[in-house]
Amino acid sequence: MDLTEPIVELIRRASTDLPADVEAALRAARDREEAGSAAASTLTAILDNVALARARSQPICQDTGTPIFHIHYPAGTSAGKLRAQAEAAVVEATRRAYLRPNAVDSITGRNSGNNLGIGFPVFHMEEWESDLLEIALLLKGGGSENVSIQYSLPYEPLKAGRDLEGVRRVVLDAVHRAQGEGCAPGILGICIGGDRSTAYTYAKMQLLRPLDDVNPVPELAALEERLLRECNELGVGPMGFGGKTTILGVKIGAAHRLPASFFVTVAYMCWACRRARMEVKNGTVVYP
Amino acid sequence: MATVHLTVPISEEAVCSLQVGDTVYLSGIIVTGRDAAHKYMVETFIRSANVPGSEQALYEELRRLLAGSAIYHCGPVVRQREDGRWEFVAAGPTTSIREEPYQADVIAHFGLRGVIGKGGMGPRTLQACQKHGAVYLHAVGGAATLIADAVKEVLTVYKKDEFGVPEAFWVIRVENLPLVVTMDSHGRSIHEEVQAVSERRLQQLLGVSV
Ligand code: SF4
Repeated sequence: MDLTEPIVELIRRASTDLPADVEAALRAARDREEAGSAAASTLTAILDNVALARARSQPICQDTGTPIFHIHYPAGTSAGKLRAQAEAAVVEATRRAYLRPNAVDSITGRNSGNNLGIGFPVFHMEEWESDLLEIALLLKGGGSENVSIQYSLPYEPLKAGRDLEGVRRVVLDAVHRAQGEGCAPGILGICIGGDRSTAYTYAKMQLLRPLDDVNPVPELAALEERLLRECNELGVGPMGFGGKTTILGVKIGAAHRLPASFFVTVAYMCWACRRARMEVKNGTVVYP
Repeated sequence: MATVHLTVPISEEAVCSLQVGDTVYLSGIIVTGRDAAHKYMVETFIRSANVPGSEQALYEELRRLLAGSAIYHCGPVVRQREDGRWEFVAAGPTTSIREEPYQADVIAHFGLRGVIGKGGMGPRTLQACQKHGAVYLHAVGGAATLIADAVKEVLTVYKKDEFGVPEAFWVIRVENLPLVVTMDSHGRSIHEEVQAVSERRLQQLLGVSV
């Protein structure tokens, strides 16, 4: 089955609409802010922008980011063919202006024009037991990518040791450093452990979780809740204008690490947290 | 924190009544300009002994347009209609701090009342706002469609071929462009203040251990 066109539709959905949980969190945040404040008017502008983009099927933000695909496929599927179809879909979605051409040659500065390039888009592909094919897509914008950060613990300036309290300390620091620059209010995907590269992959995978789920690991669930509250106490606010909402959600995962290393990786996602998912079973495509 | 509807030309009195944190809905004719435009204005008009003849017409035009108006740090995505007129498709703000070396001179020389962008600017611009009666207006990062919707008309464009589409001077008429005053003409900057508050809270939070 050729999935090119269904994947174009997946990209369109991701780029031109926000997941319902993120939009609901933005609305709740707006209602929490003082009426007439800069924070409230900014969140109103963001919500109006989302509604307009959805109605016109236009990108929510002009930076449509790096497309990151997470694909799980059943045994017997050709990963190579899937990838080729996803690439064709990216080219077509760019042509239809659901995506802005974003892949720039790092040496010449030339934009490839169709969002294909070395390591661009990003693919994570894995075979699994299920007979379902699942494609999750995250569009991650540059402003938010620039304020993402990785710490190596122990980290003396913050007195952050190799434990959950150390994790807490560096995450608060990361949100303070970012101020409004990652287009706050943001969402944090965090990985404890891993090596330097897998850690960012796992941290970004956390961003695929719905905001209202509960972490199955009780210690991490508690830390997520505490960090969400404390990040908002920093008072950075939407776009850094001050206010009660700096962060909409904190999602933490852990990966095994070397005895010698202890990384804490914070993938900052802007309010334009564009994620979408599709499933294919027996030739039927659904966008749950 | 007030909500204010402003129309170009903006008077000194109107600008001086604005405080950081105020929401502004701006209407009227403004001009876009980013790196190439700022460098050009400073080098060709402000710091040069005399303006070359070939640039004289544009100089007069910019003086007329910018006095009492605002410059917008924006690299738009545009579309040309069949009748040849231009439309803004996406028009979110770009990071302003890159214009810090030029902005104060441009405010002083052209009599700007507003600088629109994102991320705020530095002490020289803040000083110029205070001295000449101007404000920094922050647009909502990422709200590209909403902002493009507030651009009701593209009147003309200068230097499009020389600077490229994102860097050109686009002369646009906006209606109720949603903005927040983050640097005012009284020397206050939300960016500095929020940073200081969040620093203090961070220290408090790190002081308490589990
Ligand atoms: S950080 Fe996000 S919302 Fe802000 S400009 Fe980039 S993609 Fe858009």
